[in-house]
Amino acid sequence: MRVLGRHISPGWLLVAPLLLVVLAFYAGPLANILWLSVTDPEPGIGNYQKLYQTDALGRILWTTFRICLITTFFSVALGYSVAYAMVHAHARNQHVMLTFLLVSFWISVLVRTFAWLMLLGRNGLVNESMEAIGLISEPVRFMRNELGVLIGMVHYMVPYAVLPLLANMQTLDTRVMAASRNLGATGTQTFWRIYLPLTAPGLIAASLLVFILSLGFYVTPAILGGGKVLMVAEYISVQLLVTLNWGTAAMLGTLMLFSVLALLWLMSRFMQLSAAFGGGATR
Amino acid sequence: MREAASDAKSGGLTLSGLTKHFGSFTAVDNVDLDIQRGEFLTLLGPSGSGKTTLLMMIAGFLDITAGDILLDGRSIRDVPAERRNFGMVFQGYALFPHMTVRDNIGYALDVRKRPRAEIAARVDEMLDLVQLTEFGHRKPGQLSGGQQQRVALARALAFAPPVLLLDEPLGALDKKLRIEVQDQLKDIHQRVGTTFVYVTHDQEEALSMSDRIVIMQQGRIEQLGTPNELYEHPRTRFAAGFLGKSNFLTMPDGTYALRPEKIDIAPGGQMNGTARLTGTIRGITYFGAVQKLMVAVEGRDDIEVDVDSWRNPHALREGQPVDLGWSDTAAVRLEDT
Repeated sequence: MRVLGRHISPGWLLVAPLLLVVLAFYAGPLANILWLSVTDPEPGIGNYQKLYQTDALGRILWTTFRICLITTFFSVALGYSVAYAMVHAHARNQHVMLTFLLVSFWISVLVRTFAWLMLLGRNGLVNESMEAIGLISEPVRFMRNELGVLIGMVHYMVPYAVLPLLANMQTLDTRVMAASRNLGATGTQTFWRIYLPLTAPGLIAASLLVFILSLGFYVTPAILGGGKVLMVAEYISVQLLVTLNWGTAAMLGTLMLFSVLALLWLMSRFMQLSAAFGGGATR
Repeated sequence: MREAASDAKSGGLTLSGLTKHFGSFTAVDNVDLDIQRGEFLTLLGPSGSGKTTLLMMIAGFLDITAGDILLDGRSIRDVPAERRNFGMVFQGYALFPHMTVRDNIGYALDVRKRPRAEIAARVDEMLDLVQLTEFGHRKPGQLSGGQQQRVALARALAFAPPVLLLDEPLGALDKKLRIEVQDQLKDIHQRVGTTFVYVTHDQEEALSMSDRIVIMQQGRIEQLGTPNELYEHPRTRFAAGFLGKSNFLTMPDGTYALRPEKIDIAPGGQMNGTARLTGTIRGITYFGAVQKLMVAVEGRDDIEVDVDSWRNPHALREGQPVDLGWSDTAAVRLEDT
């Protein structure tokens, strides 16, 4: 074993088939995109120069960033209270809540987006009800604007925010919170000074997860934004399918890939990523 | 804060008719108990005896089903945990892992919005009390179990509470360290003069530290007294068996508890007629200072006899017939037979 181990660990043999598949169908195309971004339509960094040469691109990137940031904030805030309620509920209620969470987690983004389309339209349930009880006289424009996109995205992202937070909150020792109260801290003081700092790893993990997933959002902005809210993913699709500007599309894809990697690298400097994503249950 | 000032005038606790139900299960059953100010009182019992439930009700973490708790004569039944001003050392310590030792100890004063200088001075004082002066800037995770235990103690005493509640604070320590910390705890109790209510299932801890011990079983007080009273005069079979070891002898007028070390033993026929029982040595276990002899007696359970090793004059061997004797005061008649 020692001789064999010096050359090649037998573990590699076990993962070799998977490794080949990943190389062939993931790393390969990825490298192709990187290559396209500097070769199409002509070799050079022309595609990247467009970033500051065209206003439209900058606007799209800024819209994407802003929407992702707002989505992250609301998803994590809502997810935090849901996770908190789940951790402190009785075991049976906790199962019910988890089931609801996972059901919405498993339903396709397309279905959920169209559901919002029905609810938020001019003659949708929300507008009709609010008009009926006299809350508004004119239908509120929920769709074909950023508000609609945000509602759809936050709704989709809440379960993603809940899961890392839940994993984090479940590892907390409730006696620590009891100790804080015993030492004379009110509930509010205990929350800000003990509970929140101890759930910071979960908050960071949830924010990171939601932000990264939001960056690539395509269906929800396309449908609920109605072409008025253009985010990077939709723009890439237009470049690929309509204007056949593969070079620009590849450049934007590369940009997103490296943004996400940079985010992860930044986080890894502050904390163990495995701990943030639930691998740290064994403290 | 006025009510935080610990002086000898505060810290007397009275539990009257205290009861706790969890559904149909009665965890604490009509407990009456007077705890003197400045006393070191131990609640001793096996797991499930209700001792921790009782402590959690005193701390205010559990609602009371029936009865009342009085502090210096005033009911604290409706006072929430954070306003009771009782210090508590939790099982597993429950230190704040993200704070330094200093911030942990100063927490109670900090949430009471005391001036920084006062907090710093008090933290220094507490660090000195538990001999951790050099460790103030470490995080709890960087300390040993014994050191964490002392931080928990300092944190709980920092706001000078009239009562300190301790929930199996030594449970996580190894045996040698436990004995060392017992001495420190006793010493600290004498120095601060706070009422200590101490929960444990370890009879040695209870015997060595307490002014008084409450033996609990099935949510009730089995017996209450000083360590000496309980050891020398157990009233029930449970008390005699849980605190120390006992042989139980059935006599015509009832059951007697007889401590193994109070039995004289001699080779058969050598007790000159004072032998109360005769039997045969069935086994000898050597523990260094003492030897435990199991003596088989016709028609009775085996009787355990402890003999100081250095005093074993007859070089008793297994299989040897022996006489057993004891003085009249050695055997204690039990009430629950």
